Amino acid sequence: MTGLVGALVEAWDELRLHRLRVLLALIGVAAAVMAITAVTAAVQMLTQGYTESAERAMGRQVTLTVDAWRMSEQAAPATELDATYDRVLARYGITWASRDWYTSVPFRFPDGTSRVEVRAVDPALGTMQRVGVDQGRWFTDTDATAYAPVVVVNEAFLERLGAGGLEAHPTVLLGDETPVRAVVVGVTAPRWPGEEPAAMVLYEQLVRWYTPADDGWGQAVPSLKVWVPPDVVDDLAPRLRRDVAAVLPGWEVQVYDNRDLGSGALEGAARWVALGVGAFALLLGGLGLVNIALVTVRHRIREIGIRRSFGATSGRIFFGVLMESVVATAVAGLVGVVLAVAVIKNIPVDTLFGGGIQDRPPFPVSAALVGMACATGVGALAGVIPATVAVRVKVIDAIRY
Amino acid sequence: MTVMDLLGAPQGGAPTDPDQPPPVVELRAVERQFPGDPPVHALYPADLQVGAGEYLSVVGPSGSGKSTLLNLLGLLDRPSDGEYLLDGIPTAHAGERERAALRARHIGFVFQAFHLLPHRTVLENVLLATIYSGVPRAERRDRAVEALDRVGLSHRLDFRPTVLSGGERQRTAVARAVVSQPRVLLADEPTGNLDSESSAAVLELFDELHASGLTLLVITHEDDVSARAQRRVRIIDGHMREIA
Repeated sequence: MTGLVGALVEAWDELRLHRLRVLLALIGVAAAVMAITAVTAAVQMLTQGYTESAERAMGRQVTLTVDAWRMSEQAAPATELDATYDRVLARYGITWASRDWYTSVPFRFPDGTSRVEVRAVDPALGTMQRVGVDQGRWFTDTDATAYAPVVVVNEAFLERLGAGGLEAHPTVLLGDETPVRAVVVGVTAPRWPGEEPAAMVLYEQLVRWYTPADDGWGQAVPSLKVWVPPDVVDDLAPRLRRDVAAVLPGWEVQVYDNRDLGSGALEGAARWVALGVGAFALLLGGLGLVNIALVTVRHRIREIGIRRSFGATSGRIFFGVLMESVVATAVAGLVGVVLAVAVIKNIPVDTLFGGGIQDRPPFPVSAALVGMACATGVGALAGVIPATVAVRVKVIDAIRY
Repeated sequence: MTVMDLLGAPQGGAPTDPDQPPPVVELRAVERQFPGDPPVHALYPADLQVGAGEYLSVVGPSGSGKSTLLNLLGLLDRPSDGEYLLDGIPTAHAGERERAALRARHIGFVFQAFHLLPHRTVLENVLLATIYSGVPRAERRDRAVEALDRVGLSHRLDFRPTVLSGGERQRTAVARAVVSQPRVLLADEPTGNLDSESSAAVLELFDELHASGLTLLVITHEDDVSARAQRRVRIIDGHMREIA
């Protein structure tokens, strides 16, 4: 142990003495470690961004969707559907659930009444599908019992309303013959350029104030979305289908989940690309280090001879030169990791990777550890060659003149 | 182990008295030849005993085999035949690790070209020898400062060798050689790169070290340097003989 500490101290001493050469040798290693660490971290950000994007579209893992549609014109009306949904949620103890009804509703804009795509949902959907609200707020449970309906709209809707921002507490008339005044409480983040006006409203409120025409546009009845643990999905899905189908004679009921929409493929591919780029950069840095270390050892032949004449064993010389390389690259690795953290923390990589990230992951410790391990490994590999050269130095020749 | 070992007989050279401490340096028919066509005999079979506290000089012209002898005595080279006992320890067949340990603990080197590390201070250069000789870390600095004080360089501790005079550099080298309290000091042309004044100072230092009981073995081609020693050995064309 004392020998190891001694070797480390000696190695550090040597590095301190040869600051310039060490600095030159290590710039490449530090840059490579920074690249490998930063790219690894960026891939995690990208993966998180992709995951959240998928969750915004299809719900969190795992979301089951119960869909029903008429098989014929004579099918019974779905009057029992809401009660059935409530029953199955209670029966299976499901806490995260929302109805989700894509339909169209007339709104009165300054330039006239027009039908707008509307999603009628429950408040839980905001969490289940990571609905991003840029201004204002998402629905709360108390909104369902409020006298006036509240709506969350997109920017295109707000723009058409000509209301400016939410500071003016804009309202809009919902419905056609007997409209009700709805309060706009939130504006969702734009999902793509050129979005058409769209709105979200609480299901309870919509059915209280307006009955969408069953004109073939959108869904005939609302879907039910439930967010459940992955291990119950296979068991729960057929039960939900059976329970809902039982109250809807003449309807086709389907239950499907979003397990196939994970980001595993992207994560795997991106990680391999990151590792490839980082490894190549590290290889280049390591080659530079070997080059300079070899030249340095040639310059230090006399010193090595002197050390040997004063009792340094060949093992000690080997270990000393090796440790110089390892300590140097470990320091370079640390610098690289610190730089990578600084870069990742200060560059908005999440927005660069498309859309805001709600749960921004912390800087991955694994990326830092990978960077440090690579740096130390490269240091050890790069140190072996000059250390071998150092051991082969003939003492007699080294101290002859 | 050989039959000779079992019989307790010495393997050549003079029989040793078990009550007497062994010589610090003992060569028993040591020879060194380098392969070639024909092989080069750098040192013909030679016997030599140097007791503790003796001051011996080896004198001879260039190419006579002095450096070969020094390399053998300093355990930097192995004899082609014969045995070399350092402080009674046989070394001819010792492993690399054991020879390195013997160098660290028993031998101090002084080179003609000083061989100080230019990027290190005087104190760090002296400390170098303590790293490998087993001097406890806590004692190293005190020992190095003491050694430098002994050679009159306590005012140059933080200087780099490049700013010292030749005499000061050689005195630093002497301090480095004695800091680990070796059994023998091997000096290879210690005054070869010095002016007469510095040479005199270094030789006086050697006298002092000898007076304090250190065994000295000085290799030189200068007769006046050689004359300072108690015993003198001349080496010519690889043949070594003691001068009466």
